[in-house]
Amino acid sequence: MGLLSDPNRRKALTNLLTRLNAPICMVCYLAAIVWFMGLAFEPFTLRTYMSENAMGSTMVEERFSSGERALSLAKEFDAHKRKAGGMPVEWLVKAMQARGLEVFTQSFSRKLPFPDENKERYMVRGTNVYGILRAPRAPRTEALVITAPCSPGNSDNQAVGLLLALAQYFRNQIFWAKDIIFLVNEHDLIGMQAWLEGYHHTNITGMEYSPLQGRAGSIQAALSLELSSDVITSLDLILEGLNGQLPNLDLANLFYAFCQKLGVLCTIQGKLQRNDWDTAEGYTHAAQTMMLMVLKQACGRSWGDHGLFLRYHIEAASIRGINGFRHYKMDVATIGRLLEGMVRKLNNLLERLHQSYFFYLLPSLSRFVSIGYYMPAFGLLAVILLLRVSFPGLDHFTFFNPSGPGVLTVLTPVVISHLTGVALYLLPVHLQEMAVEHFPVSETEAVVLTAVAIYTAGLALPHNTQRLLSGEGTEQGWKVLKLTALLYLAVLLGCTALINFSLGFVLAVTLVPITASMTPHMPKALSALAMVLLSPAFTILYCVFIYQELIEAPVSVGEGWMLFLSVISQGILDHALYGSLVYPLLALFIYPCWLMFWNILFWS
Amino acid sequence: MAAPLTLLLIVAVTIRAVLFRSSLAELISERVEVVSPLNAWKRVVEGLALLDLGVSPYSGDVFHETPLMIYLFHFTVDYAEIVFMVSPYFVDCLSCLLASLDRAKIFRKQKYALESDRYPADCLELLRSPKEMFYIPLKVAMFYLLNPFTILSCVAKSTCGLNNAIIALFIFCTLKGSALLSGILLALATYQSIYPLTLFAPALLFFLQRLYIPVNLRRSSFWCFTLQYAFIYVGSLVVITGLSFFLLGSWDFIPSVYGFIFSVPDLTPNIGLFWYFFAEMFEHFRLFFICVFQINVFFYTIPLSIKLKEHPVFLIFMQIAIISIFKSYPTVGDVALYMAFLPAWSHLYRFLRNIFLVSCVLLACSALFPVLWHLWIYAGSANSNFYYAITLLFNFGQTFLIIRPLTRRRKHPGGFDNEVSCFKSSVWKSSLKS
Repeated sequence: MGLLSDPNRRKALTNLLTRLNAPICMVCYLAAIVWFMGLAFEPFTLRTYMSENAMGSTMVEERFSSGERALSLAKEFDAHKRKAGGMPVEWLVKAMQARGLEVFTQSFSRKLPFPDENKERYMVRGTNVYGILRAPRAPRTEALVITAPCSPGNSDNQAVGLLLALAQYFRNQIFWAKDIIFLVNEHDLIGMQAWLEGYHHTNITGMEYSPLQGRAGSIQAALSLELSSDVITSLDLILEGLNGQLPNLDLANLFYAFCQKLGVLCTIQGKLQRNDWDTAEGYTHAAQTMMLMVLKQACGRSWGDHGLFLRYHIEAASIRGINGFRHYKMDVATIGRLLEGMVRKLNNLLERLHQSYFFYLLPSLSRFVSIGYYMPAFGLLAVILLLRVSFPGLDHFTFFNPSGPGVLTVLTPVVISHLTGVALYLLPVHLQEMAVEHFPVSETEAVVLTAVAIYTAGLALPHNTQRLLSGEGTEQGWKVLKLTALLYLAVLLGCTALINFSLGFVLAVTLVPITASMTPHMPKALSALAMVLLSPAFTILYCVFIYQELIEAPVSVGEGWMLFLSVISQGILDHALYGSLVYPLLALFIYPCWLMFWNILFWS
Repeated sequence: MAAPLTLLLIVAVTIRAVLFRSSLAELISERVEVVSPLNAWKRVVEGLALLDLGVSPYSGDVFHETPLMIYLFHFTVDYAEIVFMVSPYFVDCLSCLLASLDRAKIFRKQKYALESDRYPADCLELLRSPKEMFYIPLKVAMFYLLNPFTILSCVAKSTCGLNNAIIALFIFCTLKGSALLSGILLALATYQSIYPLTLFAPALLFFLQRLYIPVNLRRSSFWCFTLQYAFIYVGSLVVITGLSFFLLGSWDFIPSVYGFIFSVPDLTPNIGLFWYFFAEMFEHFRLFFICVFQINVFFYTIPLSIKLKEHPVFLIFMQIAIISIFKSYPTVGDVALYMAFLPAWSHLYRFLRNIFLVSCVLLACSALFPVLWHLWIYAGSANSNFYYAITLLFNFGQTFLIIRPLTRRRKHPGGFDNEVSCFKSSVWKSSLKS
C-alpha cells in the first residue's frame, strides 16, 4: 500500500519495471519452463499418502478366488456377443439375475453430427445392462459402481466375466453398506453418457435414451474395468477425465496401496515406476510420465469410461489390464482380489472422497505434484502478460483521454476476430453437407477440412476488413488494442488454468512469448512466420508429435498430419457428444484472441 | 447529442432483446452473482402464484419482495420483459440530471478559472471544460446501459433494476430541486430495500445548499427545512407502509422483507461479504456480528456527511457505492448503479494512478466468479474458500474504486483535508477484516 501511494517510490518502481521489462519477461519465461520441468524431479515432489481415514489400514483379507469362473463366464459372454452381434442383452440379464441382482436395461440411440472414422460409427443404437446389489446393512442412499464395457471384437470379454464373478462373490458377503451397481455399457462413452444422464435425470447433449427403471442411491465412486486377456503382467491406472478433470488423489492412492499389498505391477500412463531418480534416465522417465499426463489432461477428452462420472461429482478411475512381455504374470483372481479390496475400502467411506487433492500431476504413482507446486510455473507465465499490460497501461489515460483513439478502432478488430471464431465454431458441422456435395470428400474430412480452411482464412480476413472500416490505424490504436488483447489473454488463460491446468499451461507456453513481444514495427515476414508457428493449431500439431514420441510410437510427418486431422475431428465430436469444452474454448476465445495479436502485427 | 443517445438506446435494447430470447437467459437468471434471494424473478413468480391462490405470499420462506412490488407485477406479469427492458432507461434520467447540474455549475467553474491565479496549477485541470461536460450525460448513459453487469441483471429479470430506477429517479428529482418528489421517492427507495435510508443526509445537504441555508444547528431556518424534509420523507414512508398493509391485510411483510434483510438468514453465496462469515460463525455470536456488519452501511454516513457537506452529489455517489459493497444481499446490478456515476467524476481520473489496476482486478474477478463457482459446486474440486477469496478481492477492488475519487477530491478547490484518510483506512480495514 505504502509502496503504491508514495509517489516517489511508485515512480522508481514504475521506472524499474519499464526499463527492465523485456529482461524480466525473459527471465520469467525461462523460470517458468525450468520450474515446470523441475516438477518431475523426485526430491521436489511429495510422496503420496492416504488422507481418508475411512480407507486407512484395516485388517481385511481378500478372499475372491473364482478366477476360473470369471474366465469361463468371459468365454460364454464372448460366444453370446458374437451370436447377437452386439450386446447379448438377454443372456446378460439372465446371468445377472442368476447371481441375485436386480437387473434393468436401458436402450439409447444417438446420431453423431458426422461419422466417427476412428470408431466407425454414425448412427449409434445400443443397450446398457446393469444389476444392482442392494446393501443388506444400510438404507439404500449411497452406491458404488463397477463398469465393464461391451466392446466389439475380442476385447474386454474378461472384464465382463470378472464383473459377473465379482457380483456373485459380493452377493454372498454381508458387509455391504452401499448398493453396488454392476454396469455393462455398450458403445463405450456414448453408452456411459446415456446411463449417467438417465441416472441423474439430465439431458445435456441431446441423447435419446429410455429412462432407468431401477436406481440406487447417490453414487460415491466408480471403477471402470478394461481387461482383454486371461493373464496380465501389469495394471494401468487411468485418471484423466472429461475437460481434464481428475478424481480425488485418494482413489489413486487406494489403487497403489492394493497393488503394493498384492504384489501387482502397476503403471500410470503405461510407464512403470523407476527407483533411480538421481540418474538422468530416472529423471527423464519421470518427466516423460508427467508430460504424458499433461498432454492427456490438456486435450480434455475422457481417456477411459470413468471420465464422464467426474462431471457428476463422482470419483472414478479406469483400471486397464496390460499383457506385456514380462515373466511375472497374474491371473484374473488376483485382479478380482484387488477390486474386492478397493470396493470394500470404498464401502467404508462415510462421506465422499474429499480429503486429498483434486489438482495434481503424477510423475509416478507414488509421487505427486500438488497445485501449490505447479501453479507457480503458470503464474510466472501469467506475470509476463501482466508486466506487458502494465507497460502500455502506464500511460493510463488512453481510455479516458478524449483525444485518444476512438472505441471503434479497438472494437472493430475485436468484433471481427470473434465473428471469425464463431464461424470456426459453427460452420464446420453445419456446412458438411454442402461440402460433401461439391468436393470429393467424406463427411468427416469435410468437417475437418472446413475447420482448417476457416482457420486459415481467418488469417487473411481481420486486418484487411478492419482497415476498410476504420481507416488508418494510429500508434495509440495498436497500443490500446494490445492492452486489451493482453488483458483478455491473461484472464482467459488464468481461467483455463484453474479448470484445466495442463491446457492453460500448454497454451501459455506457446502463446505468451509471441503475444508479449508483438508490435507492428517488427519485420513482418519473420514475425508472421513465428506467429503462425506458435498459433493454437500448430500447438495441437506439436502436441500430437510429442505425444507420439512419448508413447514410443513416433510418426512420420504425413502420419502426424493425419493424426492431427483426426484429433480435430475427435475434438469436435467430443464437444458434440459429451460436452467437452476444449473445442469451443479454442474456437471461440483463444483463436480470436490470437487473431487480435495478428491484427496488431499488420497494423498500419 | 440526441443522435448518439438514440443509437445507444437502440444498441442497448437490441442486446437485451437478443439475450432474452437466447438460451443464455435461463442460465443467467440462475447465477448467484446476478440474482439474490431478495430480487430473483423465480421468487417473484412464486409469490404471484401464492397471491393468486389467496395465500399470503410471505407464508413460505421464498418471497421477499415488498407488497407494492408484487402488486405491480400482478398487473404487469405478462409484460415483465418489457418492464425490465424499460427500467434501465429511467436511469437515463441520470444523464439529463447530470447535464442540468453541470451546466448550472459551469458558471461557477468559470469564475474559478478567472481567479485561477489563486489556485495551484494542477487544480486548473480539475475544472471541467464545457466540451468535456457536454459528453458526460452520454457517458453516464453508456456506462449504465452497456455495462455488462446491468445487462446481466436485466436479462435475469432481477428486480434490482427497478430499485435502481427508483434511486435514479430520486436523484433526478433531488437535483431538479423538487423536495416533495425527492422525499417521496426516497421513501419509496427505503421501502424497497431499507439501505437507501442513508441517502437522506446527502439529499438534505443538497437542498440546504441549493436554498443557501447554512448547516448550522443554531439556525432556525436549518431546523425548519430539515423538519420539513424529514416530514415529507417519514410521512410518505408511513403512507406507503400503510398502503401495503391495506393491500395485503397483514403485517407479514415486515419480518419477511426487512427482517430478512437485517438478519441475513439466507446464506446462499453471493458477491457480498456476509454469507461466508455467517456460515462459519457460532450461533451465539451471530447477533453481535450482524450488528457489526450492518452498521457498516449506516455508520459511514456521519463522517462522510461532515466531510463532504459541500459536495452532496458526490456524497450520494459515495453512499450508493457503500450500500452496494456492504449490503446483505448485493448483486452486480447494485454495482452497476454506482459505476454509472463514475464518468461524472471523470475530471478526477487524471489523478487516479491505480484506476487501471482496479479495473483489471474487477474484470478478472468477474471472470473468475463463474469459474470458481463451477469448480466448487459442479466439479467439487475447489471449495467455498476459493469463491470467497474472489469475493473479497472484488470488494477490495470496489472499495479502492470509490476511495480513490474520495481521496483525490482533497485536491479539489472545494477542498477537504487529511481527515478523510481516516475514513479511507477505516473502510479499507473493515473490508480487510472481513
